[in-house]
Amino acid sequence: MKCDIILAGVGGQGILSIAATIGLAAVEKNLFLKQSEVHGMSQRGGDVQSHLRLSDTEIHSDLIPDGKADLIISVEPMEALRYLPWLSPDGWIVTSSVPYVNIPDYPGIEDILSELKKAGHTIVLDADAIAKDVGSSRSGNMVILGAASSFISLPFESLENGVRQLFMRKGEEVVDLNLKALRAGRGAAGSHKNV
Amino acid sequence: MHKLLLLGDEAIAKAALDAGMSGMYAYPGTPSTEIMEYVQSSSQAVKENVHREWSSNEKTAMEAALGMSYAGKRAMVAMKHVGLNVAADAFINSAVTGVNGGLIVVAADDPSMHSSQNEQDSRFYGKFALVPVFEPRNQQEAYDMIFDAFDLSEKYRLPVLFRITTRLAHSRASVMLREQRPRNTQSLPSNPRQFVLLPAIARKQYRALTNLFENLPSDPVISGWNRLSSGKGRTGIITCGIAYNYLLENITGHENDYPILSVAAYPIDKSIVARLVDSCEKVLVLEEGYPLIEEQLRGLLDRDVKVMGRLDGTVPRDGELNPVIVARALGMKTLPGKEVPSIVRQRPPSFCKGCSHADMYAALAEVMKDFGPGRVFSDIGCYTLGALPPYNMVNSCVDMGASVTMAIGATDAGLFPAVAVIGDSTFTHSGMTGLLDAVIKDSPVTVIISDNSTTGMTGGQHSQATDRLESICLGLGVSRNHLRVITPLRKNHEENVSIIREEIMHHGLSVVLARRECIQTASRNKKTEVSGKNKTKV
Repeated sequence: MKCDIILAGVGGQGILSIAATIGLAAVEKNLFLKQSEVHGMSQRGGDVQSHLRLSDTEIHSDLIPDGKADLIISVEPMEALRYLPWLSPDGWIVTSSVPYVNIPDYPGIEDILSELKKAGHTIVLDADAIAKDVGSSRSGNMVILGAASSFISLPFESLENGVRQLFMRKGEEVVDLNLKALRAGRGAAGSHKNV
Repeated sequence: MHKLLLLGDEAIAKAALDAGMSGMYAYPGTPSTEIMEYVQSSSQAVKENVHREWSSNEKTAMEAALGMSYAGKRAMVAMKHVGLNVAADAFINSAVTGVNGGLIVVAADDPSMHSSQNEQDSRFYGKFALVPVFEPRNQQEAYDMIFDAFDLSEKYRLPVLFRITTRLAHSRASVMLREQRPRNTQSLPSNPRQFVLLPAIARKQYRALTNLFENLPSDPVISGWNRLSSGKGRTGIITCGIAYNYLLENITGHENDYPILSVAAYPIDKSIVARLVDSCEKVLVLEEGYPLIEEQLRGLLDRDVKVMGRLDGTVPRDGELNPVIVARALGMKTLPGKEVPSIVRQRPPSFCKGCSHADMYAALAEVMKDFGPGRVFSDIGCYTLGALPPYNMVNSCVDMGASVTMAIGATDAGLFPAVAVIGDSTFTHSGMTGLLDAVIKDSPVTVIISDNSTTGMTGGQHSQATDRLESICLGLGVSRNHLRVITPLRKNHEENVSIIREEIMHHGLSVVLARRECIQTASRNKKTEVSGKNKTKV
């Protein structure tokens, strides 16, 4: 088993929390894991990405080779497209449809959605709306992780435990909000698989 | 045995704590920052009172670590690669003094310049100073090698350079921990003159150092990390550090096709290189960084062995390695991957919403309209983003502190006005000495210290300048009349424009402190405050 994931977004959108949740779940299941992330300059509103690799055998490279990622998980739709060179021909993209506009020449959202459709197997969700529906408006990132969860070679319960561990320090309420968002994302993805 | 999921940086920090380090010294710099941050947040470090305060710059950090070593205890100092330039004086000389307690110097290189001005390869510093260099292949080795590095340092009384690159520093993997070792007790060096580098002593010690360096390659701790494996093919491969992982990524299942020398510690034993080279028609060198081994292998004449690497174009001359570059170097087919759709736009880093630097630049931009372009010198920090649209204000970014001194030199050449924009933490890192030069000549420079009361770009570490800038400037001799304080906020725009204009028009040195807390640290402090309140309610 191997599962190579590109996590994408804009600095400050919480992709490192997604990575940490998957990481904790992988440790629980005793899998090998390597997760490379971007710190420093790009975190100031620039594009950020993380390469996350899971396997039941030893992983060598911290970086995923081009064309080998099984999954792109993105909390921003244009950012999902930026990493297409890494996606394998039968890979999936799970992304939020909510644009993060902090540049003057941000493309039209319709163009982005149509490129996403062309890119292959794609699940596009309004993560913010789903998060808001369950009362966790700041947990859009967990909605996206939930939506991607069926493509990650880990039991859903392990991801839930990962969320519990990650947010434990912030209190029971924060844990619950994030769990709700995670589950809502998983539910919503089920009905969107044909998009 | 206990396992933890750790960044390469964190593995180094955890190892140092477990291997009996008494003090950690550093100045923040990507990709090295998380080493000190891990030590600072470690309950183990708190319990055992391990030193863990940030230093003013890499040189002061290096010297303080050397002082702790002098007093017999194990110390570690960490910095980004260009930080080693700042610390170089102390670093090079520490090889001549040698150490007492074990001393590790961690340099985190940034090939491809993700967050840096250059991609210099710190292994050259190791060779230059004549000290051992460790270059771990993965997070587990980063952890294990720290124990060896302290042992080696104490065995030979030499500092050890520990070189990592961005991908290892910022990649997480699980690491198996060891038993914690005791810390050293305080002890003076047995030779009271060891650290006194007067020429007569230095000459003797330097000669001893050159002799020692000749013998280092055969030390079992160093040679033990360099592994030669035989293979059927006639193309040999030498990898350094994490390049080995990119090789394995491509040849897993066919490892026996190539004789491979995987290097992780220096200086390298010549005989092991000879064994590889003698069994091959050609040798491919894969190095994450400059072609250090490749150049040595080619030699001046470059005609004995067929060597492939960065110098002949088999591997790109610059930039970090990755699995695809290595596959191409091996002549393997690579998957093309899909193209990035043309509608995807660049998303460069930018000021956060509400950033104080942005309001400062808005005011400065309005003033500078009257003088024309090319007159604003800056250096390293979030405020360098003022070089990008919509501000396009910054005309130089060279090194920490160079804003002040380059502005001085430009005024010496007759440029008027010359404005230096420097951050608070960068100012106490390397701006103060330059300001003293300006004071003495009363250079017609306006220094804007954009004080957000933190070390912002690296994630909001403590700034040594906080609450001290006025007294530092006055102490250095800046005139009280030309030390102005503004609060960069949109509502103060007109007032700020007029203060900056007044000081630029003053034909002598002036300093404007543009002070407002970083929006990131402000919101984080607020959150901590709120959660603290909630806790007391419970």
